[in-house]
Amino acid sequence: MTMPKSKARSPARAAIPSVAVASDAAAHVAPLDELDRRIVLATQDGLPLVARPYAALAEQLGCDEETLRARLARMLESGRIRRIGAVPNHYAIGYTANGMSVWDIDDALIDAVGERIGALEFVTHCYRRPRHLPDWPYNLFAMVHAASRDAALARVAEIAALLEREFRGACRGRDVLFSAGILKKTGLRIGG
Amino acid sequence: MSERPASAGGARGGRGVAAAREPDAVDRRLINALQGEFPLTATPFADVAAALGLDEAEVIDRIRAMLDDRVLTRFGPMFQIERMGGAFCLAAMAVPEAQWEATTEAVNAFSEVAHNYRREHRLNMWFVLATERPEGIADAARRIEAATGLPVRLFPKEREYFVEMKLEA
Repeated sequence: MTMPKSKARSPARAAIPSVAVASDAAAHVAPLDELDRRIVLATQDGLPLVARPYAALAEQLGCDEETLRARLARMLESGRIRRIGAVPNHYAIGYTANGMSVWDIDDALIDAVGERIGALEFVTHCYRRPRHLPDWPYNLFAMVHAASRDAALARVAEIAALLEREFRGACRGRDVLFSAGILKKTGLRIGG
Repeated sequence: MSERPASAGGARGGRGVAAAREPDAVDRRLINALQGEFPLTATPFADVAAALGLDEAEVIDRIRAMLDDRVLTRFGPMFQIERMGGAFCLAAMAVPEAQWEATTEAVNAFSEVAHNYRREHRLNMWFVLATERPEGIADAARRIEAATGLPVRLFPKEREYFVEMKLEA
């Protein structure tokens, strides 16, 4: 097992303010049209496992295969589909320690810190989220996957050392919440 | 890995989604290939198979077997609901141990709950809500509170710094 090394491939995704994404969605991305919505409904459980999956889907939806493939390509282009493919159970492929590290970062520095931490090779997700004071002071979430708990903790310590070195005083507290099991993992399901 | 995924992935005291086995070497190559761009061609499995030196039927059979054994949790398009006018939101609850099973069942029964993880913290249940409209998040949270009798904390993403969609097997 090796960690992903492809951080450079998606710089454009960094630091997209979610409010802007939401308003962008409202202003510029038309709601799903009837066929796109039916494509989402027909594929949210997965693609048919047959030699010609797009032909099978097209038949089910009453459109032609070319149209279906063009619609999927368009949804990929617009980002409505992040990608088509497999989602592994991360435990099964060796990432048995899944630590959600959470950090209380000075609001004045949070975006600079978030960009820096998100760019680390071993951080798989990195978000700014609201605090829930008084008992939840953390505003930065950085997911760390590793093959063991010690390895995950060593990476969290590495983040802490980096913060101390590059953003002295910005971090006021931290915690790591290890996963003790997946209870559900189906992905989104919209209603019919 | 030395640790058995079946136990490592098992939800302690919950009904987890543990894998039934470890993927073999060919499965791992396939998992890595399938986390790239799946072809939008007439015969995508044949194309993936050709690139890996396998045959089409074997690729399809292996994907089916990995889904059955929960080595894969899904295979298909991954939708970004925020780009379709909807919303995702991370949420957490502090669930008393005595109510763990019933609460897990109640929360998982909501179609808006896309993922749910047990974590070692006072806030021990962390799940992701996905709804077709942004206002659906608060509504789903209220309904989960009503169904479980427990408060739901919402952690909407304010900014996304990085998301990796791929884990090498």
